[in-house]
Amino acid sequence: MNVRLYVWQRTTAAIMAPLVLVHLAVIFYAMRKGLAAADILARTRGSVAWAAFYGLFVAAVSIHAPIGLRTIMTEWTPLRVRYCDIVAVAFGLLLFGLGLRAVAAVVLP
Amino acid sequence: MTETLQVSLWRGGRDGRYVGYEVPMRANQTVLDVVTWVQRHLDPTLAYRFACRVGMCGSCAMTVNGRPRWTCRTHVSKVAAKGRITIGPLQNLPVIKDLATDMQPFFEKWQAAKGAFAPSRTRNDEVAHIKPGDAARKTADAGIECINCAVCYAACDTVRWNADYLGPAALNRAWTLVNDERDAGNAARLAAVAANGGCHACHSHQSCQEHCPVALNPTASIAGLKRRTLQAYLKGEIKP
Repeated sequence: MNVRLYVWQRTTAAIMAPLVLVHLAVIFYAMRKGLAAADILARTRGSVAWAAFYGLFVAAVSIHAPIGLRTIMTEWTPLRVRYCDIVAVAFGLLLFGLGLRAVAAVVLP
Repeated sequence: MTETLQVSLWRGGRDGRYVGYEVPMRANQTVLDVVTWVQRHLDPTLAYRFACRVGMCGSCAMTVNGRPRWTCRTHVSKVAAKGRITIGPLQNLPVIKDLATDMQPFFEKWQAAKGAFAPSRTRNDEVAHIKPGDAARKTADAGIECINCAVCYAACDTVRWNADYLGPAALNRAWTLVNDERDAGNAARLAAVAANGGCHACHSHQSCQEHCPVALNPTASIAGLKRRTLQAYLKGEIKP
């Protein structure tokens, strides 16, 4: 960990904190209202707001989580830092790809 | 009949083992007294390190019943469990022999953290006037009494896991110099402690302040370095 990674990890954490709260509130709302998948999709498809909300969420997670994973790998595995960097970047790209795919599935008309 | 203490001492190098000894109990006996008694009466080949015996020099730190401690100021009555005590070398440092560790990595990291004072004046200049009540001076004073015993270094999980981590003592020293207005080396110092293995590697477990024998708080110093380096990075003054 250095100051550059520290800034990225703390910044993305600050972005995610309110997004997580909204995400949890949405889950509670959907459960209490008994919304079916079709009801949810009717609200999210074509919505620029939900696309931006979860797109930002995915971007923040894809940066935040690999930095933490890199730290764990450098401290708890015998892997060289260079390999940890490669694995962390690959993990971030995987999260970003899977996340965008999920967002696309609920917001694209 | 004199009461005896069952003492286990680490003998040998890295691949050594604990060996048991019986030592007479004394009033106000310190752990260092116990080690010294073994060397003088049972085995003169026992290697250990001490100097001042009054908690100033930081030479005699060892692992006592699993915790790093300054042995000259640790009373046996405080740490012995049912008349037993186990004494080993400090952790996170190479063992030279028995209870003596190689402190070189510890002091090399002081150097890497730019822990040496970089003067901003020469002997021909007027002496700097530092008010004891200044906020920066108070902050420096809070961490200045480190005796370099390496107890915090031995107690730190991050040091154990990350060979590049500078450690609490070196970073605490850097923080005192960052707050010393007479010092001129802060650009290089902040860059050094903001790099990989610097202050941002700290997980704030706070073992350093829990174990520090002189009650310093290196975790707070490291938090200060995190803030200061973050400001310097955002201003473009340092590049990791």
